[in-house]
Amino acid sequence: MKITMKNLLKLIIATLVVLVAFTSCNNSNSSTSGALSSNVAERVYVPPGQHDSHYAFISGGYSGNVTVYGLPSGRMFKEIPVFSQFPTSGYGYSEETKPLLNTSYGFIPWDDAHHPDISQTNGEIDGRYIFVNGNNTPRIAKIDLLTFETTEIIEIPNSAGNHSSSYVTDNTEYVVAGTRFAVPVPQKDMAIKDYKGNFKGTLSFIKVDSEDGGMEIKFQILMPGFDYDKAHPGRGKSHGWFFFTTYNTEEASTLLEVNASQNDKDFVAAVNWKMIEEYVNNGGGKMMPTNYAHNVYDESTHTATSTMKKEVRVIDPSEVPGALYFLPMPKSPHGCDVDPTGEYIVGSGKLSANVTVHSFTKMLDAIKNEKFSGDAYGIPILNFEDVLAGAVEQPGLGPLHTEFDDRGNAYTTFFISSEVVKWKLGTWEVLDRQPTFYSVGHLTIAGGNSRKPDGKYMFAMNKITKDRYLPTGPELEHSAQLYDISGDKMELLLDFPTHGEPHYAAAMRADIIKERSKKIYKLEENNHAYVAKTDDDVKVVRNGNEVHISMTTIRSHFSPDNIEGIRVGDKVYFHVTNLEQDFDVPHGFAIIGQNTSELLIMPGQTKTSVWEPKQVGVWPFYCTDFCSALHQEMQGYVRVSAANANTPLKWSLGEDIE
Amino acid sequence: MKRSNIIMLIAALLPLGLFLFPLWRITLEAPQYPIPLAMNIHINDFSDVHPHDIKNINLMNHYVGMKYIPDAIPEFKIFPVGIIITTIIGLIIAFKGSYKWFLYWFILMIILSSAGLYDFYIWEHDYGHDLDPKAIMKFTNPDGTVMGFQPPLFGSKDILNFTAHSYPRLGAFFLALGIGGSLLAYFAGNKIHKKTLSM
Repeated sequence: MKITMKNLLKLIIATLVVLVAFTSCNNSNSSTSGALSSNVAERVYVPPGQHDSHYAFISGGYSGNVTVYGLPSGRMFKEIPVFSQFPTSGYGYSEETKPLLNTSYGFIPWDDAHHPDISQTNGEIDGRYIFVNGNNTPRIAKIDLLTFETTEIIEIPNSAGNHSSSYVTDNTEYVVAGTRFAVPVPQKDMAIKDYKGNFKGTLSFIKVDSEDGGMEIKFQILMPGFDYDKAHPGRGKSHGWFFFTTYNTEEASTLLEVNASQNDKDFVAAVNWKMIEEYVNNGGGKMMPTNYAHNVYDESTHTATSTMKKEVRVIDPSEVPGALYFLPMPKSPHGCDVDPTGEYIVGSGKLSANVTVHSFTKMLDAIKNEKFSGDAYGIPILNFEDVLAGAVEQPGLGPLHTEFDDRGNAYTTFFISSEVVKWKLGTWEVLDRQPTFYSVGHLTIAGGNSRKPDGKYMFAMNKITKDRYLPTGPELEHSAQLYDISGDKMELLLDFPTHGEPHYAAAMRADIIKERSKKIYKLEENNHAYVAKTDDDVKVVRNGNEVHISMTTIRSHFSPDNIEGIRVGDKVYFHVTNLEQDFDVPHGFAIIGQNTSELLIMPGQTKTSVWEPKQVGVWPFYCTDFCSALHQEMQGYVRVSAANANTPLKWSLGEDIE
Repeated sequence: MKRSNIIMLIAALLPLGLFLFPLWRITLEAPQYPIPLAMNIHINDFSDVHPHDIKNINLMNHYVGMKYIPDAIPEFKIFPVGIIITTIIGLIIAFKGSYKWFLYWFILMIILSSAGLYDFYIWEHDYGHDLDPKAIMKFTNPDGTVMGFQPPLFGSKDILNFTAHSYPRLGAFFLALGIGGSLLAYFAGNKIHKKTLSM
């Protein structure tokens, strides 16, 4: 070929085109690939008025609550108050909801909400309830997904640091709560240095009623005083077992960062809960005196009640031989995850270079052949090599949590190296890795801890935000990244801020629940003790220095809106019923000098606020929700007379009090 | 039984469908009601299309001073009786009467239905125009007269932020089919009569 100037030019241009293509191809794999370089923007764009395909329920950590997001848009729809008082709606402030936050330590306005898990049937998400654990004052809460409200909270006695919680078994037979900080059981005054051998970690199995979802602690297993960090139920073939990672098998009580990092291997505790359940059903275990709160919200009375329970059934592992085993797991494992088939138990040794995977089949085989390397407090320890399925070699630094897709792949987060690594179950080969921003904790795939994952999206929840968004001073919301995992490679789609400190999240297809989401409470089904269903039911009743006002609201007035005869020193209960029966027409209630929050009352609902007037005068109240065109007119007055005055108790609407 | 009489028999029975299906529906659409508010009108009742629709229509309408939709109106007593009587008459003439009576029944039904529609119009007009003088919001037409909020008798109409639709429902079709059937029975009877004459 004759090289002419023209040909040479063509060659150079062709080479350049190839180079540019190659470079941009490289770019699209890196974090700097912008939405503009592909159709990424379209894939997270949900046009106005249209709905997201998935719900995500993200724990708020120290916010104590759970937030509801849409995927793929990353839009937040609601904050569901769970363990924390929430002045927005009056949760934890209204008389009806205060009992939900009662504990054996009294009323607690806050907790650290960690791991939401959606109820399942046959190992598939059924969308009835979300369970979530309070870590600090051990509790398990249940959110009803018809109303997206917290309807039950049960305190866990004999526990501290309720962290390996609140995971559900294949048919929501149990929600499980494990103890992270071993404590004396029962509690007593003793020297901290005598921890070893004396402290216990309990694993609590809370039975969930298959009809009404009611929770009840069926039994607690009194385990050695290790830290039970994370947990996962067996799935499918391993249904009937539960697995817990442990650290601090050294049983150190001080400077744990060093003293609890000495053992080469800690354990995964394997619990045959079906065997223990049978033992309990036959009268096994001992009732131990204790004290814990069980709080239930009744949707019919719109009121929660708190009951103190005085005993709990405890099981000593030695009573049920064959129900408990320890599987060695390298270096202070954190995450404990079981794949959709139930065969693989993935343990992430935080300080280990590898992600170790144990085999359920091998475990059963080792148990059958009694291949034990010893025991810990009487619980047999299996040989590491006998139960080992394989290991993902050096996938990253600081492995934490693993979720699964429906194509035999696992996705593990790495806190230290800030990335999610995709690997193949069975071959343990690393298939892909994507950076996160920054220092990822948990990750979530819809149904990613169930038998039927939905392998479309995965999102990573990070602990550090730094420069991802516009700065907001020293305190930042955390960041999350959404990836499309339907292809061979993970693709970063979206970066969105989350509220509080998300630990875990649960996600599911929206169509599972969106049609049954409740729109209003039926007024005729309202059995609140002080409900006023019509203006004829409206009344003001004095009982000593307590005054109960059964009040109604409807666009756009309160009935009554003039009240006289209240005296300084009275305790005035405003029981406000929203008479509306139309979707999304709440009314609010607030009165000047109220030492509590407002009320936000949904259609058909009754809520109560207590007001203790301290000065004589005429004091206004009003609707806090812009309910209608006449919202500003939705107001009223309470006349407060001196403590010894004789002003008669009267009330009215639309006419003057005579 | 003659074919024409069989047709008349069916025609006389068809209006009974009004006891099973609504006669008319008024639907109110507005942006903040993605599921529109709607009310079915039966011959003996008003009913919600979605739970609490009538309550919510009343709540909307009270702003402009419209009266609440009553639980019962005298027509709910009169209409069912009217339908039953006309059906009985229709049945009698289907069995006994000459085909000419089919035409008289047809004319009777046309007159009664028109009267019913006129009554409906009067009620609607009153509902839309007899406003509370203390109404929260008062609107006037461009010519200065007080704005009315009468829904259309038939068809669609914009009323402030709502679009109102007023259309017959299945019950009305049963009635129309019955009335039309009687005319058909008349023509069929007429044809047989002519045949008989020519023979």
